[in-house]
Amino acid sequence: MKIDFDWKPLLLAPILAAVALPLTGSFSTWLTLTVAGLAMGMIIFIIASGLTLVFGLMDVLNFGHGVFIALGAFVASSVLGLMGDWTGSGELWRNLVAVFPAMLVAMAVAGAVGLAFERFIVRPVYGQHLKQILITMGGMIIGEELIKVIWGPAQVPLPLPEALRGSLLIGDAAISKYRLLAVAVGIVVFGLLAWTLGRTKIGLLIRAGVQDREMVESLGYRIGRLFVGVFVVGSALAGLGGVMWGLFQQNLVPQMGAQVNVLIFIVIIIGGLGSTGGALIGALLVGLMTNYIGFLLPTLTQFASILLMVAVLLWRPQGVYPVANR
Amino acid sequence: MNLLELQGVQTHIGAYHILHGVDLAVPKGQLTMLLGRNGAGKTTTLRTIMGLWHASAGTVRFGGKDIAAMHTPQIAELGIAYVPESMGIFSDLTVKENMLLAARSAKNAAQIDDTRLKWIFKLFPAVEKFWNHPAGKLSGGQKQMLAVSRAIVEPRELLLIDEPSKGLAPVMINNMIDAFAELKRSGVTILLVEQNINFAQRLGDNVAVMDNGRVVHSGGMAAFSADAQLQQSLLGLAL
Amino acid sequence: MFLKRLLSNDTPRSRLLALLLVVLFIALAFAPFIFPGVKALSVAAKILVFVVLVASFDLLLGYTGIVSFAHTMFFGIGAYGIAISATRLGPSWGAVLLGLAAALAVSLVLSFAIGLFSLRVRAIFFAMITLAVASAFQTLASQLSDFTGGEDGLTFKLPELISPSFEFAEEPFLGVSLDGRLLCYYMLFVAAVVLVLALLRIVNSPFGRVLQAIRENEFRAEAIGYRVVVYRTTAAVLSALFATLAGAMLAIWLRYNGPDTSLSFEIMIDVLLIVVIGGMGTIYGAAIGAVLFVLAQSYLQDLLRVGSEAASGLPWLAALLSPDRWLLWLGVLFVLSVYYFPTGIVGKLRARAAR
Repeated sequence: MKIDFDWKPLLLAPILAAVALPLTGSFSTWLTLTVAGLAMGMIIFIIASGLTLVFGLMDVLNFGHGVFIALGAFVASSVLGLMGDWTGSGELWRNLVAVFPAMLVAMAVAGAVGLAFERFIVRPVYGQHLKQILITMGGMIIGEELIKVIWGPAQVPLPLPEALRGSLLIGDAAISKYRLLAVAVGIVVFGLLAWTLGRTKIGLLIRAGVQDREMVESLGYRIGRLFVGVFVVGSALAGLGGVMWGLFQQNLVPQMGAQVNVLIFIVIIIGGLGSTGGALIGALLVGLMTNYIGFLLPTLTQFASILLMVAVLLWRPQGVYPVANR
Repeated sequence: MNLLELQGVQTHIGAYHILHGVDLAVPKGQLTMLLGRNGAGKTTTLRTIMGLWHASAGTVRFGGKDIAAMHTPQIAELGIAYVPESMGIFSDLTVKENMLLAARSAKNAAQIDDTRLKWIFKLFPAVEKFWNHPAGKLSGGQKQMLAVSRAIVEPRELLLIDEPSKGLAPVMINNMIDAFAELKRSGVTILLVEQNINFAQRLGDNVAVMDNGRVVHSGGMAAFSADAQLQQSLLGLAL
Repeated sequence: MFLKRLLSNDTPRSRLLALLLVVLFIALAFAPFIFPGVKALSVAAKILVFVVLVASFDLLLGYTGIVSFAHTMFFGIGAYGIAISATRLGPSWGAVLLGLAAALAVSLVLSFAIGLFSLRVRAIFFAMITLAVASAFQTLASQLSDFTGGEDGLTFKLPELISPSFEFAEEPFLGVSLDGRLLCYYMLFVAAVVLVLALLRIVNSPFGRVLQAIRENEFRAEAIGYRVVVYRTTAAVLSALFATLAGAMLAIWLRYNGPDTSLSFEIMIDVLLIVVIGGMGTIYGAAIGAVLFVLAQSYLQDLLRVGSEAASGLPWLAALLSPDRWLLWLGVLFVLSVYYFPTGIVGKLRARAAR
């Protein structure tokens, strides 16, 4: 019996990149844009993966996911602020010694807040979609305001550590060092997620739970607890994504959660709610699209992602990799 | 001795009142058949036992303990396996992964009881043949076999099975009957919803017939099989 | 009785609610005379605009059960319609009417498309998509600065009759100068009353009843024979048109419009808050909620300021009570409302009256 795997969606990103090559004129420009797009896509994927699993597993749509993004970024800014001599140094290893703990602390705080968020905001309205949308939005408003209370309502700069600034020259193309790091981190996160989902029993439970929660419970597993775990990990990942996004922009505003939220939703719709692979494809597509259009037709950048989403939905109304049994 | 006892169980689903006071006794180590026309409430009864739907009144006792208020995972942990009519196969997962999930104590496929697996492979060759294939690719009958395999991959005290022979070829049905017979010999209690005659005649110890959300007849299978008139009045046809 | 017919038989059903509505009506009708001062009149006008905006959203959310975050887009279209038209064609009634007509036409087409699209995808998808579309629209409005005035927006003049400089009587009447501003206010007042009554008529018509049936159980409604597509799309279009009118009202009052005035996400949140706190699916909830909200927004901040100064000894408390953080408290109120008052104020009042 032939095993067939739905390979068509894997071609989408390469096709987009290929189409952009002639349009951007020069190879080096294309290379810079593509790496930028992949980096942006990876960061968005990190943030979106948690959200899509949470929805797939428990049918909970968290419109407040943005709050973890902002929280992670702001926490990291405080941590990095304390480590000025490490970030100011020109040595890469010193910079990384500052950046990685900042990421870990950001993830821990975001995860902890995620735990509270699940317990007090999401759990009481389990099963009621309308209330979920309203309440999680309310949660985000409260979160955003609390961020303003703690860090002030104005922008907070988040400069890149010394050694991570600037670009590497590959031929004619200037590739930002930080963007390469982002791609690397993204690949690591994706790898970890794929390994957990594919090779561990917990991952198995998550994949099965996304398909048929009732049956997993009938087999004797307490999916409720698993869900809390997934929610917390998702929030932590959003925090990590927030740090990386913040370093990308080098500037933080309390509204950043709401701003990135929109992109995240587009990505998981394209990918199919519940599918991590789909989220990766969607994220890469959005990242690439935003960068190519940002170069070619800047005014249309925001609409570009929406048009992309509409196009994908016309091809597959449930997203690229719809999760079965829903 | 009764392993499972339902008394006066009522179940509402939204505005619909499905079970109107079910009294059911499932003796230990025996196979009880749950019969009845479509819509009589057989599946609802199984789901209520399993905690997927909560009884609005009445008691459900398993081994003397009232489980009516318990949640499904807890009920399953007591040693009850459920094979729903829709089979509950995880189509995106491989056959191996489906079985691994069902084997609660196993952390990975290597830890699944080898003897047990060999026994299952002998009964249902398709499970071995498609071990690494996505379960969604199996035919209806093969999925049915996988569903039952999942329920028996680890020892359980009580099996709740809803129409397992649907879509199975006669030789596979025979294998399934053999499997249940062997399980019964090892002391497993089975509550089976099934329309197939062979099951009844070869395996059934007791029978309970449902109609309109109530059990309207219960007793030994032998007596029931012999009484064609009773069968006609309760089921609308002779078995 | 005439009043019942006017309200399309959708009476308050609670004496307290009826009393509140009457008080509200009188307060708004005589606002220029009861509450002197520029700020008070602005607050009253804002209430009028929000009542219509939120009521139109209630038609969509409360009665049809559709969650759409693109509502402010239509609000903005209405406001920009007037703004662009008055800026380009000058302060004439013709310009105003043309702007209004154009805005309504654009809203009609867009809402029709969005309404149809909503039926191809699941509700959750739809909510997210409307979020994305509204966000993109706001960006677009600030980017097309030649057309829309960009970030700074458009300031324009309106026909003389409703301009503050126009005075149709020498002496002030009861302390209020009889000028174009007053006329403008009453124009908005009449518009608001007419539009709310129209919405009441719509939701209490056979059409409205079918909407509610669809909200409760779409499958059954379709099975009975109602073409859900037609009803939901019509509801989406009507809702958008009323929102557009509300936007026009806003622009006429402010004689200014910019992306933040009518398209900001904050306004969408405000509308959501009001409709939930006031009571979904009641129309009256929009009125009560809008009043509470606008008053809170305008005056609660002063209260918070007092509290913040009093707590100046404890900096964290002072920061929490800062008047700029009033949205925090409103957010808390909102979350609590969704849990404990899912039927909103109007629902609670009616439940008490029914006992």
